[in-house]
Amino acid sequence: MASYVEDTELRLGLPGSDALATRGSKRSLPEDDAAGDDSSCRNGGSGSAAKAQVVGWPPIRTYRKNSFQAMKVESEASGLFVKVSMDGAPYLRKIDLKVYKGYKELREGLDGMFNCFSQGEFSRKEGCNGSEFAITYEDKDGDLMLVGDVPWEMFICSCKRLRIMKGSEARGLESRH
Amino acid sequence: MIEAAEPENSREWSDPEVHEGRLGPIFEDFAFFFSRVLVLFCPQSAVDLRSFACEAGAAGNSCIKDLSLGCVLFVVPVLTKLEVESKVREKNFRCCGAMTYFPDEVVEHIFDFLSSHRDRNNVSTVCKAWYLVEQLSRLRVFVGNCYAVRPERVMARFPGMKCLTVKGKPHFADFNLVPHDWGGDALPWIETAARCCPGLEELRLKRMVVSDESLELLARAFPNFKSLVLISCEGFSTDGLAEIATHCRGLRELDLQENEVEDHGRQWLSCFPDSCTSLVSLNFACLKGEVNTSALERLVARCQNLRCLKLNRAISIESLIKILARAPNLVELGTGSFTADHRTEAYQNLLNAFYKCNSIRNLSGFWDAAPRYLQAIYSICSSLTVLNLSYAPAIQVNDLIKMIRHCFKLQKLWVLDSIGDKGLAAVACACKELQELRVFPSDVYGTGIAAVTEEGLVAISSGCPKLNSLLYFCHQMTNAALITVAKNCPHFTRFRLCILDPVKPDPISNEPLDEGFGAIVKSCKDLKRLSLSGLLTDKVFLYIGMYASRLEMLSIAFAGESDKGMVYVLNGCKNLKKLEIRDSPFGDAALLENVGKYETMRSLWMSSCDVTQGGCKALAAKMPRLNVEVINEREESDEMVENPSDMHRVEKMYVYRTLTGPRDDAPDFVWTF
Repeated sequence: MASYVEDTELRLGLPGSDALATRGSKRSLPEDDAAGDDSSCRNGGSGSAAKAQVVGWPPIRTYRKNSFQAMKVESEASGLFVKVSMDGAPYLRKIDLKVYKGYKELREGLDGMFNCFSQGEFSRKEGCNGSEFAITYEDKDGDLMLVGDVPWEMFICSCKRLRIMKGSEARGLESRH
Repeated sequence: MIEAAEPENSREWSDPEVHEGRLGPIFEDFAFFFSRVLVLFCPQSAVDLRSFACEAGAAGNSCIKDLSLGCVLFVVPVLTKLEVESKVREKNFRCCGAMTYFPDEVVEHIFDFLSSHRDRNNVSTVCKAWYLVEQLSRLRVFVGNCYAVRPERVMARFPGMKCLTVKGKPHFADFNLVPHDWGGDALPWIETAARCCPGLEELRLKRMVVSDESLELLARAFPNFKSLVLISCEGFSTDGLAEIATHCRGLRELDLQENEVEDHGRQWLSCFPDSCTSLVSLNFACLKGEVNTSALERLVARCQNLRCLKLNRAISIESLIKILARAPNLVELGTGSFTADHRTEAYQNLLNAFYKCNSIRNLSGFWDAAPRYLQAIYSICSSLTVLNLSYAPAIQVNDLIKMIRHCFKLQKLWVLDSIGDKGLAAVACACKELQELRVFPSDVYGTGIAAVTEEGLVAISSGCPKLNSLLYFCHQMTNAALITVAKNCPHFTRFRLCILDPVKPDPISNEPLDEGFGAIVKSCKDLKRLSLSGLLTDKVFLYIGMYASRLEMLSIAFAGESDKGMVYVLNGCKNLKKLEIRDSPFGDAALLENVGKYETMRSLWMSSCDVTQGGCKALAAKMPRLNVEVINEREESDEMVENPSDMHRVEKMYVYRTLTGPRDDAPDFVWTF
């Protein structure tokens, strides 16, 4: 049995490997980890990753694993990046909500990015003044909500993306910060 | 060796009757097959052979049906009873003699009723005349292992080939067990076809390496090319796809399933010329990059025959709505991401779009589906036969259940295990027509909370009696559950169970799962494919060898106690074609017990077992028509070179029958003994 442990096997130990002792088989699974393939290093960093992994187990196609990894990384990436669109702007931006402490900082950050609330060239040209913008966001259910109603911590958990509405759509939705 | 059924002397020969005879091998240079020969005769002497052949096929005559079991139709219209009897008793019964009674076109016409490549393989070995007729008339060629035969030989034998299917890497390559450059290059096949079979219309490749160069050649060399299907392939990019789009006039099908495709940013979809109106099926769901959505919309609009369209994740709901408006006759749809950039009117438009699409039977995609959009498809749920939600982790159980309740015609369902036992119970209630179920793990490393257990499976088995195909990833299974499932669903042809902890016993009895799987193989007489998991001793293999007589593919992982296990399987399963084993205690004794068996199989894979270099060498020496390949990972190859000991355990071994000898494209780390 010891020779198998010494062999250069690309395997990690398995959970519940003590169940093997009762089998009395001459093959046992190594208890300690060895190298894994690159797919094993990309685990989402949860605490339960203490359960080590075996190469090629569970038998899921690499394509499927990679698709899920991509989705997982997007949702669990440190930093809470959300897309910000502004009506009329040709492209979107992304901001990290964790960087801001509250709604005031968020507004200032967006202002700096899009130049929409101050009396900048853009707003003068369009004939808009600062109060004709509303910051809205899309929540987990897909609904369009006005920013500012809920406590900040609750907001950053449920905010999926931001949308700065301007002009006639924004009228009547002015935030009252 | 002839066994003939004796005709009853008293019977009147006014109705067509059937006799059976067996022929020995006629050719020396082919593998040895016994064919069962059916003799059908018609008592009228002035019969028109062509119409008789038509009637025999069209009426579903029992003789034609028997052909699917590998028998051969042999028509003798004008012999008398005595002549037939004497022929049947004759030791050297050759049907060639009878072939003079009717021309090749008739035989060819009879062969037209044989769609299975196995039947065609069988008829071609009966006699030389039939071999020649069959080889010239075979249109669809299937090569299960690209290294079993050279492309030149295939194309010389079947010059009329229109459709070619080739498979490359062994199945365990799907799970990262085969190194990247192992082989399976498609280029030799495409090059040879370009030279020898320029009339090629369809190419289907699975687990092969397809370069952009290959795709470019494919696009330019075959003027009638109609259909390209690539499954689990790699090595190409959007550049290669652009070549296909640009140069394949009259392309009907481009089906890319779960391939690794590099995105070179090339707007390949825009390369379909305005003159392209022939597309029937387009699947680019596996591509990661963006496509030009307006080019896609125009393409969909001008391809009026488009019936299958599977979009990738980059396509939003807004684009989907526009596409559906232009393709209301779609039968199969992959929805793309199913989220909207701007929410405003998306829902209502989506609802309207789906309302008009009443031909949709097959639905997939939903990569990022938000719950509110799912309701838009309820109107088509009741006509769905296939639903694939296995790439939709965002869908919650309750929304899933709400949707499933409408899907009462569903035959095939693929879901994630987040559906839970509760969701599976809902499926069991609603989907009485269900034939295939696949439950994939949502947490791909299997470290999450218990999602589905044996309860879900038992519920499905009692609610869905037509179930014949299963892939089930779960956290635990009991013998009692498997025995119940075996009783409820005796029609399984594919049964693949994956318990995420690979050596887990029955949690209630703490026993191995031998009895449970034993019940499955005993009850399901038509079982063709089986994957085992959980704690298993040699006993399960005893059962498999005893009962699984139709089994063709068996996957074993972390199972068994001794060589006896593998020997039971090799000696018992007479139809076994593919055996793949990992991390199980089978060694040289098992490997060498029944070496002749491997020539009746397509391949054997063994990794992390107890097979040694010496065992592999012995096998290779005894069986020259097998390739015994050993894959050496980096750490081992140095050791093996310094210490070439026959006692050294082999980490990965792949054995397959072949007509070509060792392959000439084997990389350094693959040794062929």
